[in-house]
Amino acid sequence: MDNMNLTLKIWRQKDSNAKGQMVDYKVTDISEHMSFLEMMDVLNEQLVNSGEEPVAFDHDCREGICGMCSLYINGEAHGPDRGITTCQLHMRMFNDGDTITIEPWRAAAFPVIKDLIVDRMSFERIQHAGGYISVNTSGNTQDANSLPISKHAADEAMDAATCIGCGACVATCKNSSAMLFVGAKVSQYALLPQGQVEAADRVKNMVAQMDLEGFGNCTNTGACEVECPKGISLDNIARMNRELMKAALK
Amino acid sequence: MNGFFKSSIGRKVAMALSAFFLMFFLLQHLAINLLSVISPDLFNEVSHFMGTNPLIQFALQPVLIFGVVFHFVMGFILELKNKKANGVAYAKNNGAANSSWVSRNMIWSGIAILAFIILHFIDFWFPEINTKFIKGDWSGTMAGVEGYRYYEELVHKFVNPVRVGAYVVAFVFLALHLMHGFTSAFQSMGGTAGRKKTLQAIGKAYSIFVPVGFIFVALYHFFNH
Amino acid sequence: MALDSKIPKGPIKDKWTDYKNHINLVNPANKRNIDIIVVGTGLAGGSAAATLAELGYKVKAFAYQDSPRRAHSIAAQGGINAAKNYQGDGDSNYRLFYDTVKGGDYRSREANVYRLAEVSGNIIDQCVAQGVPFARDYGGLLDNRSFGGVLVSRTFYAKGQTGQQLLLGAYSAMNRQIARGKIEMYNRHEMLDVVKIDGKARGIIARNLITGEIERHSAHAVVIATGGYGNVYFLSTNAMGSNATAAWKIHKKGAYFANPCYTQIHPTCIPRSGDYQSKLTLMSESLRNDGRIWVPAKIEDAKAIQQGKLKPTDIAEADRDYYLERRYPAFGNLVPRDVASRAAKERCDAGYGVNATGEAVYLDFAAAIERYGQEQAKIHNIKNASAEKIYELGQAIVEAKYGNLFQMYEKIVDQNPYKTPMMIYPATHYTMGGVWVDYNLMTTVEGLYCIGEANFSDHGANRLGASALMQGLADGYFVLPYTIGDYLSHDIRTGTIPTNTPEFDAVEKEVTDRISFFMNNNGTKSVDYFHKKLGKVMWDKVGMSRNAQGLTEAMAEIKAIREEFWKEVKVPGSANELNPELEKAGRVADFLELGELFAKDALVREESCGGHFREESVELDGEQKGEAKRDDVNFAFVSAWEYKGEPADAVLHKEELEFKDIELKQRSYK
Repeated sequence: MDNMNLTLKIWRQKDSNAKGQMVDYKVTDISEHMSFLEMMDVLNEQLVNSGEEPVAFDHDCREGICGMCSLYINGEAHGPDRGITTCQLHMRMFNDGDTITIEPWRAAAFPVIKDLIVDRMSFERIQHAGGYISVNTSGNTQDANSLPISKHAADEAMDAATCIGCGACVATCKNSSAMLFVGAKVSQYALLPQGQVEAADRVKNMVAQMDLEGFGNCTNTGACEVECPKGISLDNIARMNRELMKAALK
Repeated sequence: MNGFFKSSIGRKVAMALSAFFLMFFLLQHLAINLLSVISPDLFNEVSHFMGTNPLIQFALQPVLIFGVVFHFVMGFILELKNKKANGVAYAKNNGAANSSWVSRNMIWSGIAILAFIILHFIDFWFPEINTKFIKGDWSGTMAGVEGYRYYEELVHKFVNPVRVGAYVVAFVFLALHLMHGFTSAFQSMGGTAGRKKTLQAIGKAYSIFVPVGFIFVALYHFFNH
Repeated sequence: MALDSKIPKGPIKDKWTDYKNHINLVNPANKRNIDIIVVGTGLAGGSAAATLAELGYKVKAFAYQDSPRRAHSIAAQGGINAAKNYQGDGDSNYRLFYDTVKGGDYRSREANVYRLAEVSGNIIDQCVAQGVPFARDYGGLLDNRSFGGVLVSRTFYAKGQTGQQLLLGAYSAMNRQIARGKIEMYNRHEMLDVVKIDGKARGIIARNLITGEIERHSAHAVVIATGGYGNVYFLSTNAMGSNATAAWKIHKKGAYFANPCYTQIHPTCIPRSGDYQSKLTLMSESLRNDGRIWVPAKIEDAKAIQQGKLKPTDIAEADRDYYLERRYPAFGNLVPRDVASRAAKERCDAGYGVNATGEAVYLDFAAAIERYGQEQAKIHNIKNASAEKIYELGQAIVEAKYGNLFQMYEKIVDQNPYKTPMMIYPATHYTMGGVWVDYNLMTTVEGLYCIGEANFSDHGANRLGASALMQGLADGYFVLPYTIGDYLSHDIRTGTIPTNTPEFDAVEKEVTDRISFFMNNNGTKSVDYFHKKLGKVMWDKVGMSRNAQGLTEAMAEIKAIREEFWKEVKVPGSANELNPELEKAGRVADFLELGELFAKDALVREESCGGHFREESVELDGEQKGEAKRDDVNFAFVSAWEYKGEPADAVLHKEELEFKDIELKQRSYK
């Protein structure tokens, strides 16, 4: 395939207080083998060379694991491909002459810091509220094998634990609900014996913090599960619901 | 329990519980309606029981009204809260890529159903209450005297094609609402993957069977009288 | 200043225990009045911050990302070593110690490595208690896999995401302390310099990356845990933001920098596809267990493939050169990372590369699929199975083992690796060199500590697979919290360090001057332009194989790029806002100095050892002809460089390495 020429519609916003707007840019000679963020690098190099401010976007590992990159591309979190983050999206998903709309995550709990960068501290505060097992880090714990855990439970906990905290679930949810994110963490510990002691307090505190941050309510549309780059299952939300009901009945 | 129903998940659970109650009520209502097709007499008998039994009239009926009102009010409250949680709207949003239309538009199918319920109350429930309790006219509700009026009224209502049309449209919306609502309620109550496939099948069957049943009764009487 | 590594006396297996028995402790009431700054929150920094806070110190932690969970430790795939001997295959602390020293090509400090092996088991206990979902067998006990270059199964893993799960474990421990108010977390903050008062590290200057505000933070001790400097090559498997600024800034303030030339080039990465490439992606080393590495034997076939006229599957078996199997019959495709990487480069330099850039070799699973398919056919009693059936059965096994890696490859390269061989090429992955530290993990600046990949570490000249995670967590959870206490026990009467002192004023001015320089330079070229240029010199002349001429040229070229950089760099925007270009400018400025010292170190080390290969130092005859030759007589030392202005003027201090518990041997994989 020949290289592509594209029109980009990108949200530009100077800082958290400024009013933003969509701005059009053109990029030319984009190879299909480029990653989406490499295409953004090309645009930025172009902007720097012409004396304009480059577009600010979050990214770091560029291999789909750190959870730093975001971007709502053509109306979808992490763009049109599945099971990947934006940094793993490749330009072969687009065609010559396409117009690509690029926006930041939108949610009241994710305010824009600049251009395409949002503030995800709300996720951090939810984790502070209970995303841990209260064990000292002295190393004077019992031997790792003194607590057998069924392979099934360990595997399921692992599946929940693969969440990278990118926020695609919130961005994609029509209600800006964070339940997939919170459900994944609650589930990881709920599935393991180590997490049982604090299970009731953990789910109560994390849900309370989630509500306080202004995330919306889950209406089970399932969009989060589809857009999640790590395939975190909706079952984790169901499990969190059960955990909270259990905690409430205690 | 303190605070549970104030939490987002608690409200979800409350929505699901009221939904279960309403879905059960729909089944019961449909069963009685279907009787009108099978046997007018049986329909009258059962209607009479429902309309005069004190337990149903003074205990279950208020619960039902509360359930309906609660489900609507909570639905609207959550919708407003969710809108607020959204912040700035996307310039481009491709919701169809990751979720069904019905799941994203519960509020609209809900509003359509609300409109129908208002119509339904004006049609059946207000006249009934007015006749029975305000005017104190219990004629047509007593066994043996001049016969029951229930069946006659039912048939009478399904003569006007406009009303039947609205009725059919409303139940199409109900089907859409149930298509997402049924499984959603189970998910909210913590239903998991093991049961998912079966649940989805049952949900689909329910959300088609129930509205189609109501529509069938309406059309049956429309075409037969 | 003479280097004192402060290794405790006594037999190696008692050193750490004896040491812990005799250090000074700080009582809990006093800990409350002691501040510690931890810069970097990956495995080492995160675990250190959590543990120090739990002990009762007041901790301030800094990360340039928006959360500690995003540190690049998260990208480690394979696993973490620990001498648990759960498999009963003869593992022990000594064996792990031995393997690590040998794997490091005898260029690490014995006492440190032994301590690392000693605490390795504790790490696993700790992580399980924290809820890290390690892989388990059907009996519910922890599972192990084996990893390159060792004879036992001691690697614990969590799918292909072990680094992620361990980091989330440390992150959760941090969260607990943040919730208790014991850690003050500064996300999106970058340390730009260290402040010394009376020779001791007493604080840092940091920039709030959102507002651009320059902040002063004081403490009784400063811990640097900012990872490696692999991004000096521009292209590496490191994260885009991974940088050497903190390590380099403390070097300029008196911390010696050790062995910068020890870099690990990982053999199995996805090749570069064009000049726009921004980073390289690692494919787990485990692939070499089943994949066979080859290039065409005939140069005309290689050319045809490069031009897209032939496909790999068109090349007949007889025309393929399985060069690792040919050169190293004993280890074959499983030779250590450095050997595999150099062999790939050798073939590609000779013109046999297999993609458009000529920098790729094949990693072929066809034989493995066939072998597994035959096996499965036997197991399932399928007689006279068709080739398709056998392929299908074999593919299922390969998919179960490597499915996620194959999927990742297909997403990036858009080729199906079940049908056509993967293309791989070596890429910079890990830096064994780093800030010099003594047994206490303290640098040559008092009160300034360095842990994890950022220090020159326990890996000598080459790191074994699954050992980076082990070292990061060992330093943070189990070593630093003891050693730092011994130092801080002298600071219980000091009281809070004020930040309105001339020392802070002076360093802050240096920082702000540099920022204003960038903002006002009005150059013509972007930061990336210089970074790419530096990377190319580093890769071509200070890469997988090095010689005196190339290294001398590299030093001059890097110096020239640096001079051009200071004249021509262009940074848009302003200093008082989120400005990624400004962040990059500062980091690249430091890489441009570090790169030169790197080349100088490589030039001085006239031997081949581990990741450092000098073309002049090879075996001249015998079975090992052409292979790397270590020189223990002249080079069994750590090179610790003291900053003297220009990198070229750095002064070398040698820490002689003594091997009392292990006999020095030349590695052989023939």
